[in-house]
Amino acid sequence: MQTPASFEYERATSVDGAIEALQRLGSEARVIAGGHSLLPMMKLRLANPEHLIDINDLHELAYVREEGSEVRIGALTRHVDLLKSDLLALRFPVFRDAEEVIADPVVRNRGTIGGSLCQADAAEDLSAVCSALKAQAVIRGPSGERVVGMDDFYIGPFTTAVGDGEILTEVRLALRPGAGSAHEKVERRAGDWAIAAASAALWVENGTIADAGVALSAVGPTTIQVTRADDLLRGRPPSDELFEEAGRIASEDCAPLPDGRGPVDYKRHLAGVLTKRALRRAAARAQHQEA
Amino acid sequence: MQVTITINGEQVARDVEPRQLLVHFIRDTPGLTGTHWGCDTSNCGACVVLMDGQPIKSCTTLAAMCEGHEIRTVESLETGGELDPIQQGFHEKHALHCGFCTPGMLMTTRALLDENPNPTDEEIRTAISGGICRCTGYKNIVAAVQWAAQHEAATRQEV
Repeated sequence: MQTPASFEYERATSVDGAIEALQRLGSEARVIAGGHSLLPMMKLRLANPEHLIDINDLHELAYVREEGSEVRIGALTRHVDLLKSDLLALRFPVFRDAEEVIADPVVRNRGTIGGSLCQADAAEDLSAVCSALKAQAVIRGPSGERVVGMDDFYIGPFTTAVGDGEILTEVRLALRPGAGSAHEKVERRAGDWAIAAASAALWVENGTIADAGVALSAVGPTTIQVTRADDLLRGRPPSDELFEEAGRIASEDCAPLPDGRGPVDYKRHLAGVLTKRALRRAAARAQHQEA
Repeated sequence: MQVTITINGEQVARDVEPRQLLVHFIRDTPGLTGTHWGCDTSNCGACVVLMDGQPIKSCTTLAAMCEGHEIRTVESLETGGELDPIQQGFHEKHALHCGFCTPGMLMTTRALLDENPNPTDEEIRTAISGGICRCTGYKNIVAAVQWAAQHEAATRQEV
């Protein structure tokens, strides 16, 4: 029987209340939302928080909406709602690609985007999605909000820029012209973590890639942002040869470990192939050649 | 801590440790052992119950998190001695052998039909992809859900 070690539990009734509790309880307190990453970690004693602050009642943090020149996603938005969001499907279809293969529909009823990003598991899909899209994370603490780019969000394995006494409240995605995005994943069986996955985002203007983002899941200690591929793609017209080269860079720049999901050379190969495929689909979507 | 959860329409109150999982709260307190406790890692789906109408895995939910919510378990499907159409479908199409996964499969597919009364085989397979059945190969489960969907559609037409 697997049961977490003992802890104290309290339910937050406001974001400020949650922050106040996190401040009061210090580094041994953790936020719980869906709990589908944290509770399994606690059962295995890989996480041993002494206090859990339940934020499931903070409905004000559950939304996907367009605001000015951004799409904003509340941290408590559940996977099922990301999957069903017409706004995301229109603006950033990479979310639908990823959500169709994150865990299973029952788990997706509970897990949240905030929990996924804050868990900072290198094999998690939304971290790659948000990295490729160059999302901004809004982190709130006792002295107000700060906004952190995804390139500064991941500090190490299972470690993010969200500090003690702080909470991730929102993910912001800039609306820029010519956007296309896609996620490609290979897993051993339905609902499993990735052996490798690649997210790609392109912004194509007048036949030229104005900006690009490529990020990989499960092939390194953290989500891998393939900045060398971004640099290669920028300023060039989309082409299969270019995407082939970006894939080669991705397979070089990742850092997989051998495990039950496969050996290193296989994972590097996958990272390259999936990067190429994700870029192809992202380009087709950017140029309205595919829905 | 004191936790009160509405289970199958009845309020169940108990003093529990915050770490108690919903699956144990359901099985221990009102003795509703129809909900099965399987892999404990949210992979197998035997523990699926409905929370406010949505299927969730009760092995990966704290009882404390369900205070103020409505939980439905497999025991709620039969009413007045009459099996729910989804249960009849499982009976008609032989959708179980050992029965361990069945409560989770029934609750997951009950929720599917509530949301989508006329699912395709593909939609059924996606819906039950969070449940593991080692007996049926899933074929008969898909057939059972289709049986229930058709039966419910016929019933709706009669009314």
